[in-house]
Amino acid sequence: MATKNKKLSLKDKYQYLTRDMAWEPSYQKKEDIFPYERFEGIKITDWDKWEDPFRLTMDAYWKYQAEKEKKLYAIFDAFAQNNGHQNISDARYVNALKLFLTGVSPLEYGAFQGYAKVGRHFSGAGARVACQMQSIDELRHVQTQIHAMSHYNKHFNGLHDFAHMHDRVWFLSVPKSFFDDARSAGPFEFLTAISFSFEYVLTNLLFVPFMSGAAYNGDMATVTFGFSAQSDEARHMTLGLEVIKFMLEQHEDNVPIVQHWIDKWFWRGYRLLSLVSMMMDYMLPNKVMSWKDAWEVYYEQNGGALFKDLERYGIRPPKYQDEANKGKHHISHQLWSTFYQYSQATNFHTWIPSEAEMNWLSEQYPDTFDKYYRPRFEHWQKQQEQGERFYNNTLPQLCQVCQVPTLFTEPDDPTQLSHRSLVHDGERYHFCSDGCCDIFKHEPEKYIQAWLPVHQIYQGNCEGADVATVVAKYYHINIGQDNFEYLGSPDHRRWQAIKGNKPLGAGDSKDAA
Amino acid sequence: MSVKALYPYSAEPKDLQANFNGMQLVYVYWRKHLMFCSPFAFLAAPDMPLGDFFEQVLGPAIAAHPDSAGLDFSRVEWQLDDQPFTPDLAASLKDSGIGHKSMLTLTTPGLEGIGGSAT
Repeated sequence: MATKNKKLSLKDKYQYLTRDMAWEPSYQKKEDIFPYERFEGIKITDWDKWEDPFRLTMDAYWKYQAEKEKKLYAIFDAFAQNNGHQNISDARYVNALKLFLTGVSPLEYGAFQGYAKVGRHFSGAGARVACQMQSIDELRHVQTQIHAMSHYNKHFNGLHDFAHMHDRVWFLSVPKSFFDDARSAGPFEFLTAISFSFEYVLTNLLFVPFMSGAAYNGDMATVTFGFSAQSDEARHMTLGLEVIKFMLEQHEDNVPIVQHWIDKWFWRGYRLLSLVSMMMDYMLPNKVMSWKDAWEVYYEQNGGALFKDLERYGIRPPKYQDEANKGKHHISHQLWSTFYQYSQATNFHTWIPSEAEMNWLSEQYPDTFDKYYRPRFEHWQKQQEQGERFYNNTLPQLCQVCQVPTLFTEPDDPTQLSHRSLVHDGERYHFCSDGCCDIFKHEPEKYIQAWLPVHQIYQGNCEGADVATVVAKYYHINIGQDNFEYLGSPDHRRWQAIKGNKPLGAGDSKDAA
Repeated sequence: MSVKALYPYSAEPKDLQANFNGMQLVYVYWRKHLMFCSPFAFLAAPDMPLGDFFEQVLGPAIAAHPDSAGLDFSRVEWQLDDQPFTPDLAASLKDSGIGHKSMLTLTTPGLEGIGGSAT
């Protein structure tokens, strides 16, 4: 009797469960079913040329992810039961988590939505399946990040309403608008923005600092999340490279379109990552490496090799790469100065670096820190010691595109802001750089609609006319708990009590807060 | 250039002056004083005299800077939207040509930030 081979080979299984799930429509036109596939100008001649980064089928995917999930939650439980938060380097570290939870975790959710949509709108089955899996990964990441950090919410302030804050708080419009920009683009631009420019080119500058930062500062919950996400990130990076090569190989007309998107999204990503630069240089009590070193390794070296490889397709490095390379000496200091002076309106604390930290910064940034930034911090420190801690009580001008305050300096002159301005249809707009100004010029109709937090407050759309009301009522930041200077904050006092340095005063317990 | 879309794409600016309840935005950038991280964004009445704007609006905003004590508004080199500008303290913002979202830039020779560091 002939025996039938019951078990499919992996290759066959992949073929049956992904590619063969597609069919040729007979009673609807293909372009009506996939209306978004062509308006961006990208020409696809053969979707079958799409190579999947990981030839995964859904059943294998569930099994693999479930295993990881089991281990991850076991460690979260152990961390909570052992009061793992007491073993971190210093409570100042938790402020990096506050930035991550409000600024990054909601982006994972945005990525989930974005990939789900794109997965619907490609006619190629291989691309659809890859996007669908990444979509589920992103949903898993937002959930596991929230769970990893939920333990800290029991012991520290500022973590209580991250999703609400992401939609409203001024500096969180930077990450939010970045993703909204990508998600409101066509499917090919979305993949170039998120899969390639962000996940492939720049993700190491987000993930490595936060995850190594967690490891260096004793945060085992977040480290474990990082390990659990790592294999997904590897898959996402492979997808990022595949999508670029696929577009470039399909038709030569795609090259200039893709090049423009690379220029745009490199700059958008670089501006977004300026938040990470200050986290690395200022917010981690135990430093991993400086932002400058990270930029050199993860962008200048790795990115350099990548763009060398893409040269054969007619792709050159991103247009404003040189400006970004020059900025590595400055942006972390400029960002921290900004958050220091607007700490009354943030859900995390800021502080003046200690003498040892300032010396570290001098060593890491020999050409810039002592000359341009140390005098600023030392002046503020003196003010603080006299009981006049500096807060800037006037709202800042924001860049129309990246929505960061226009705080960056000229690439070749750190004493002048690289402010740019233009008039479009009778309205004046302001930008932080040539990079952002160019992005605006290319699609002005998109960016004239920007929801700029400062302008929204002045229009009266944020529940109040003064900063305190906006912060408390519109942002849900608890004044005196979540915001202001770190020294003397409830978080600081609670940490001292944990370490046995000083008894906890009345009103300092988290429950009372 | 313009947005590529499946349909005719049009949009209205979100920050038209009409949305500011009779007020306007004015930005002010004090060169070489980067302790204030970016230009200030002020909400002001278009008929406010420039002298009042300097005294009542700009003055308090920069008061925290040690250089503000030595600042003489009559000796500032001004620019309005990157063009040279001579303020008339009695004229209103509007009559001075300071439009919605205009930016005034101050250059103060001799005052170059804390310790001359542009801070």
